[in-house]
Amino acid sequence: MNSVPVLTVKPWRALFDEKFHVVVRNLPPTQEVTLHSLHQSEDTDYWEAFGHYVSDAQGRVTVAKDESFGGTYEGVDPMGLLASMRPIPGSRTGLRFRIKEVHTPMVVHISVYRGHVSQGFREQVALASFVTERWYMAPGVRRVDITEGGVTGTLFLPPGPGPFPGVLDMWGGGGGLVEYRAALLASHGFAAMALMYLFPDAQKAATIGFHYIENAFRLLQDHPLVASDKIALLGTSFGASVALSLAVSETVKPICCVCISGSHVLTLKANQSIAESFKVMKEHVHKSRMDENNCIIWRDTLLPIPEDSDLKVDVGRITCPLLLVVGQDDTNWAAVESADDVSNMMERAGNSHLLTTLSYPGAGHLIEPPYGPHCRACTFVLQPGQQRVVVLWGGLTKPHAVAQEDSWKKILDFLQEHLCHSVKPHVYSRL
Amino acid sequence: MVVPYPLLSVQPMRGLVDEKIQVVVRNLPPALSVTLHSLHRSEDNDFWEAFGHYTSNDQGMVTVAKDASLGGTYEGAEPMGLLWSMQPVPGSRTGLRLRRIDVLTPMVVHISVYSGHMAEGFSKQSPLAIVVTERWYMAPGVCRIDIREHGVRGTLFLPPGPGPFPGVLDMWGGGGGLVEYRSCLLASHGFVSMVLEYLSHNKNRNSDIESTTYFEKAFRIVQEHPLVMKDRVALFGLSLGASVALNLAAYSKDISMGRIKCPLMLVVGEDDQNLATVESAKDMTQMMRAAGNEHLLTNLQYPDAGHLIEPPYTPHFRASNFILPQTRQKVMVLWGGYTKPHADAQEDFWEKSLSFLRQHLYPSPDSVLNAKL
Repeated sequence: MNSVPVLTVKPWRALFDEKFHVVVRNLPPTQEVTLHSLHQSEDTDYWEAFGHYVSDAQGRVTVAKDESFGGTYEGVDPMGLLASMRPIPGSRTGLRFRIKEVHTPMVVHISVYRGHVSQGFREQVALASFVTERWYMAPGVRRVDITEGGVTGTLFLPPGPGPFPGVLDMWGGGGGLVEYRAALLASHGFAAMALMYLFPDAQKAATIGFHYIENAFRLLQDHPLVASDKIALLGTSFGASVALSLAVSETVKPICCVCISGSHVLTLKANQSIAESFKVMKEHVHKSRMDENNCIIWRDTLLPIPEDSDLKVDVGRITCPLLLVVGQDDTNWAAVESADDVSNMMERAGNSHLLTTLSYPGAGHLIEPPYGPHCRACTFVLQPGQQRVVVLWGGLTKPHAVAQEDSWKKILDFLQEHLCHSVKPHVYSRL
Repeated sequence: MVVPYPLLSVQPMRGLVDEKIQVVVRNLPPALSVTLHSLHRSEDNDFWEAFGHYTSNDQGMVTVAKDASLGGTYEGAEPMGLLWSMQPVPGSRTGLRLRRIDVLTPMVVHISVYSGHMAEGFSKQSPLAIVVTERWYMAPGVCRIDIREHGVRGTLFLPPGPGPFPGVLDMWGGGGGLVEYRSCLLASHGFVSMVLEYLSHNKNRNSDIESTTYFEKAFRIVQEHPLVMKDRVALFGLSLGASVALNLAAYSKDISMGRIKCPLMLVVGEDDQNLATVESAKDMTQMMRAAGNEHLLTNLQYPDAGHLIEPPYTPHFRASNFILPQTRQKVMVLWGGYTKPHADAQEDFWEKSLSFLRQHLYPSPDSVLNAKL
């Protein structure tokens, strides 16, 4: 009897940030095979990854332990089949992988092919294949549209009676309402609100400023299922500048603040609209560069870091723990230089004990929850005005994936430590 | 004063029904009495629950897989006790049996941690934390197909992938109807599995299902499916379905154990109050010994397990309501078995059944027993 290869992927259904284990059994020994992943995005583009393996003496390939000899990833890489995904040959250019519909999972087909294959997967019949689901929402997580008090956002609540610690989640200059990270945070026990604060309509955009962000913070605080004294700020890119500006204000009291790929050079002052703070960028736009593929590099627009502290968020006044996450190959924002300057400012002010900086070699600007595909350059829609450009974000696939995995774990630990209060043995509390 | 925020985690949050879960509570004060509780609302809108009493350790943790439950619906270190020891909540209708009808959606179970050692009134108290977990019969990519061919009624489940796959003909017992979950689970493990209806609640239908021909037709439907390996089809039968399977295996209306030519696994519970399975297994063994084909036989016998030996981690019922197929009369049937040994039997039998099927249907290049998948 001929043996039939068997492919297993565990867990079959996982959270987006969970590792999976791919094993192939029942192969002939020392057989060359290719492991392949395929996903069709919401925009109907196809993404794939693949690795070249050789089965061991027992006819087995274990992705977590065995080496990939080539493909979209190399070496021992348990999550390479997800983290190294890229659009298939012939796809539209400038694609970025982002999920909008968080109620349904990302469905990925994992297959094993005979031989070391690098193209034409569609024309071949796989030896075996399996389907795995990657979810942003854990069972029981609830999604709530927020439209009160003039605030636009989406709140994700964990299952249960609460109250839950809260996170105000702000993305960057791309605007819109990006929900998946907040959904994932709720899957980890936080009431997380993704906030929309950059609107395509220029008239509306002119009315959105510091007070809007404050209102959003208070709205989250006042929610009956949220612990009002346990709110954290989480911001990426321009959202990080907004988070820092809020953190130093006297008006709200976040417990801690996480800033990813951000800078304190862009400030959002009280009584200032976001459109106005963006004007600073426009003044420096002549410093934009293009790479050899005509992708925009905006990193120099914030450089040099000004000496004048009036032109920066006064981080010396921060009173809560601050976690900065930066990629050393960030070609979009001068995040590394900004982080250095933040550190210097806080040293001089005497509050640097509050600061933790995670700096990742080879990582780019878009440091997101792990195991999604990396995008070094992709289409970007400028707000307001909706002009489409191609922006270079930076980062190389493998070190960027490492940065995402490591930083996400540390962000969750940081949030848990400060919002959930680890119990020390000598501290008792009657529940 | 620092008020800790208890953290409850259940992994995996979405698992197959036969997959183990890891339930851990963190961030409790040390030496705190807590109750872990599970709750499920069945498709019939009955509530099922289980609970265990624990004490947090010095690090403020409770780890269900390692720590001993001091009481509740289960005791001792039982990683899956919150599932297999579930019972109808107080005040429920009697004679209930938990059986999943819709296999396309999961069983949803709420796992909660409460302060103190509670044994009732869970719905009136607020838990410290809740996690919702899903238990699926269907792995992603498994396909469900209604079969209505040549008078045969059944449901076919296909694993994902190009195949070909080994096949299973799955037959339940005297309760009749079409019970899909086991076939669905088998497909999730890589087998094309068809569950066969051969005792209908519709009296008129049963007259079509008179002879062995019906079962042979069903077997051929599986065998001839384009995704099935013709020479690798197994039979899986429970209760009356087991008798049918034995009959088919021997190709005769009269069961002659001596004529069985294929490996055979018999699973019996020693506290079976429904059929004399223990005595039957003994007699079958003797017959096969006399005929010289005993080497094909594997006997799994479980002390204190009852009649309904099913895929693991779902609740046990010693007795339940039963509708007699011919008369539609509702009676209460004693199946037998005691919760803990029955749960152990289910876990062990399922693992061994899957190994047995893999060993004979999915041989590996070195042709030894496969490791557990």
